[in-house]
Amino acid sequence: MAEEIVQKQNEASPVLTAKDFASDQDVRWCPGCGDYSILAQVQRVMPSLGVPREKVVFVAGIGCSSRFPYYMDTYGFHGIHGRAPIIAAGLKMARPDLSVWVATGDGDLLSIGGNHFIHVTRRNIDLNILLFNNRIYGLTKGQYSPTSEYGKITKSTPMGVIDHPFNPVSLALGSNGTFVARTLDRDAKHMQEMIQRQASHKGTSFLEIYQNCNIFNDGAFDLLTDKETKADNVLVLQQGKPMVFGKENDKGIKLDGFKPVVVSLKDGRYSINDLVVHNDKSRELAFILSELTEYPGYPTPIGVFLDIDRKTYDSEMVNQIDKAKNTMDEGDLDKLLNSGNTWKIN
Amino acid sequence: MEKTAKVLKSSIIRFAGDSGDGMQLTGTQFTQTTAELGNDLSTLPDYPAEIRAPAGTLFGVSGFQIQFSSDDIHSPGDEPDILVAMNPAALKVNLKDLKKGGMIIANVDAFNKKNLELAKYDTNPLEDGSLDRYQLFVIPITKTTTTALQTSGLNMKEITRCKNFFALGIMYWMFNRSMDTTIDWIRGKFKKLPKIMEANITALKAGYNFGDTTEIFTTRYEVAPAKLEKGTYRNISGNEATALGMIAASQKSGLPLFLGSYPITPASEILHELSRHKNFGVKTFQAEDEIAGICSAIGASFGGALGLTTTSGPGLALKTEAIGLAVMVELPLVIINVQRGGPSTGLPTKTEQADLLQAMYARNGESPVPVVAASTPADCFTMAYEAARLALKFMTPVICLTDGYLANGSEPWKIPESKGLPEIKVNFVTNPEGFQPYQRDENLSRPWAIPGTPGLEHRIGGLEKENVTGNVCYIPENHQLMVNLRAQKVKNIENDIPLLEVEGPEEGELLVVGWGSTYGAIQAAYENMMTKGYKFSKVHLKYLNPFQKNLGEILKRFKNVLVCEMNLGQLAKLLRMEYLVDVKTLNKVQGLPFKAIEIENKIIEILNTK
Ligand code: SF4
Repeated sequence: MAEEIVQKQNEASPVLTAKDFASDQDVRWCPGCGDYSILAQVQRVMPSLGVPREKVVFVAGIGCSSRFPYYMDTYGFHGIHGRAPIIAAGLKMARPDLSVWVATGDGDLLSIGGNHFIHVTRRNIDLNILLFNNRIYGLTKGQYSPTSEYGKITKSTPMGVIDHPFNPVSLALGSNGTFVARTLDRDAKHMQEMIQRQASHKGTSFLEIYQNCNIFNDGAFDLLTDKETKADNVLVLQQGKPMVFGKENDKGIKLDGFKPVVVSLKDGRYSINDLVVHNDKSRELAFILSELTEYPGYPTPIGVFLDIDRKTYDSEMVNQIDKAKNTMDEGDLDKLLNSGNTWKIN
Repeated sequence: MEKTAKVLKSSIIRFAGDSGDGMQLTGTQFTQTTAELGNDLSTLPDYPAEIRAPAGTLFGVSGFQIQFSSDDIHSPGDEPDILVAMNPAALKVNLKDLKKGGMIIANVDAFNKKNLELAKYDTNPLEDGSLDRYQLFVIPITKTTTTALQTSGLNMKEITRCKNFFALGIMYWMFNRSMDTTIDWIRGKFKKLPKIMEANITALKAGYNFGDTTEIFTTRYEVAPAKLEKGTYRNISGNEATALGMIAASQKSGLPLFLGSYPITPASEILHELSRHKNFGVKTFQAEDEIAGICSAIGASFGGALGLTTTSGPGLALKTEAIGLAVMVELPLVIINVQRGGPSTGLPTKTEQADLLQAMYARNGESPVPVVAASTPADCFTMAYEAARLALKFMTPVICLTDGYLANGSEPWKIPESKGLPEIKVNFVTNPEGFQPYQRDENLSRPWAIPGTPGLEHRIGGLEKENVTGNVCYIPENHQLMVNLRAQKVKNIENDIPLLEVEGPEEGELLVVGWGSTYGAIQAAYENMMTKGYKFSKVHLKYLNPFQKNLGEILKRFKNVLVCEMNLGQLAKLLRMEYLVDVKTLNKVQGLPFKAIEIENKIIEILNTK
């Protein structure tokens, strides 16, 4: 999010609360859906960003997640399937002064909207993308999505999914993303921290949120969210900290060349000093970490994989216009109409 | 030697050669010079879809036709008086159009065995007497250019590429035109390549001098300046005019212009042109696909910009769903569709008017969209501007149809003064008091409240809206009401546009109806036939949805109605459906504009059947 939007809340402007960001519309997600938590965390974080409500816009495509804008008392645009990132991009290019957010799902963003996602990301347009990844199509009632696991039985795959899923974090990194992070719907504090981080990033910020769809894919992330199993299966990435996980902080990630391996800190062979230290400025490390979920027995990283600076498309666009205005004329219409080779008839 | 001078009222030249021979450039230069001399003119570029089709082949021929005149003219003309043929294939492809007794200027050096075979000539047409009916001028264009450039320091390949300027020089001599404009252009274009610059200028002058000194030519021609209306003129192509029209609309409305576009023939020049004018605050975005082009423009419109997307038929098909979204969210948006031959990829570089029904109806649901069409290259300025005006006033997407012929063709344009352009007023709502996103004004337009305005936070989207509040609403009666309101809003535009004017008697035997780019050919036919004493009337439609209010009543005043269009009768269908008139049709779907004579013949046929 661009700095110019962030206005320090002074005494004159009323202090906003989460409630101020809740619209008067009834929320219509299924009871128990992970989307509720995402809405709550976003509403909770918003006041702390220091952006006036009228400068915030939520854009969505189609799907359960995409009803999100209706529930936020900000400006909102509920678009068509898959096109949220590019509608949002057009808005941001036209209005760099706005804080533009995209609420989207795995079908919306990665299937029908895949093209826009990768191109918006590589251009580094200053948008904040919230991917509600529940690994299923909810609104159309239970078909597999581009993040559904191989072999999964769904309504449209009674004998199991035979295509290989996308890894959204890898895809964002591969699209030259500058901010890539992951969080869990049931970890409110962590999600809030991630939303804060992405909001302060200039450029496309991508946050994958593992979201439980209790109707069509219940328990998809239980291993990562249940008290019992969470610690052994989640690796919380923290800048400058060694990668330790496990109920008793007894496991860690060590690099064997480019290959990450899980080591035990209990048997005396390895100490904390042998572990990788997280650095969210390293694209190489981000790529390696993004692949952890591809192999059984590895923990799933949550946190910021990558957070680097690169010029944003929207600011470069403004720069070119300023430059043109300085080097050419200010834009005199009659002069333009009369340009080129003209002649007079008297 | 002494040459005789002959005054002509008008002349038609066609330059033809390989697509790598620079024929488009040659034609454009001749056009520019001719425009500055004050002739009225009209051009027709015709080139293959392949950028560099294999040399010498029939399908690789590129042509550029220009008609210029001391009179008011409307079309590039039916039959060239002069054909400049740079190789056998160019001769073969174009000869059938040449006027009987017309002039052929042939580059004899290209008529070798290989090229003759490629052009499927068994014998050399320059030698076998098959061209006896024409005035044939056999000129060693390549050889003479080579001789002239012997000391240029260029290699053989570079030297041969200058031969089009030699040919252009000959034509400048023949029509007694100054070389200055072209010399200036060459100087600018090849600033960084001084050798090439000099060589091209030398070739041009050599061609001119060749005309002067050779004994082959005995006559020079004069086409005097046309008596055009007073004013300042420039020569302009349809795509350039479209781009300028949109900048003008942006300036007059005070809204920054945002173009989201994906490159597509023959619309890309609008993107190129607009991207050059960033000093007007124009933002151009080359999107990842056609859908992204329009969706980014919709996003920009939501933010308060003048949103624009430009495309051609296949792209319009891809934008379909998003146009429906713009209809639903009732945001202003201009969609320029430069029509080309279809269906599918069709004939990318050729012209057609077969997207009319697509523009009208190709959307899901009841999805009314205003449609306007430009009638000449310069009129693209007026209609692009008009599309923007309507979009902003009625808060709706508007489709503006042009086509490949208008886009690439050019004509002299009397430059308007900005202060004389129709007013475009935009009022963003800022007062939260009683604000409702779908509260309508007297035109049925909804208010435009842009993000950043405190107190007007609201949500819009593709789901059906509740009347007035704009909340999502599935109530059956509300849906019917909203469908009706959206339809009525578009219909209301008929009260905001001028009435249709009939040229010729207000009633009678025959009314000829055209729309879009058929204007030139129909007008030429009309004027030809008026001088011959035929009696009929004509109207030309630039508003296709809604039609002008008096159209139905005009149609009913004529015994016969003839619709001429470059499709299988799409406007004819609309007129029959809307007004229950039994229209007759003249349809041409060959990727080429009508010839005036084709229209004249049809008119005579109708007037003769009593
Ligand atoms: S279908 Fe699933 S994702 Fe959609 S609202 Fe219900 S629980 Fe949530």
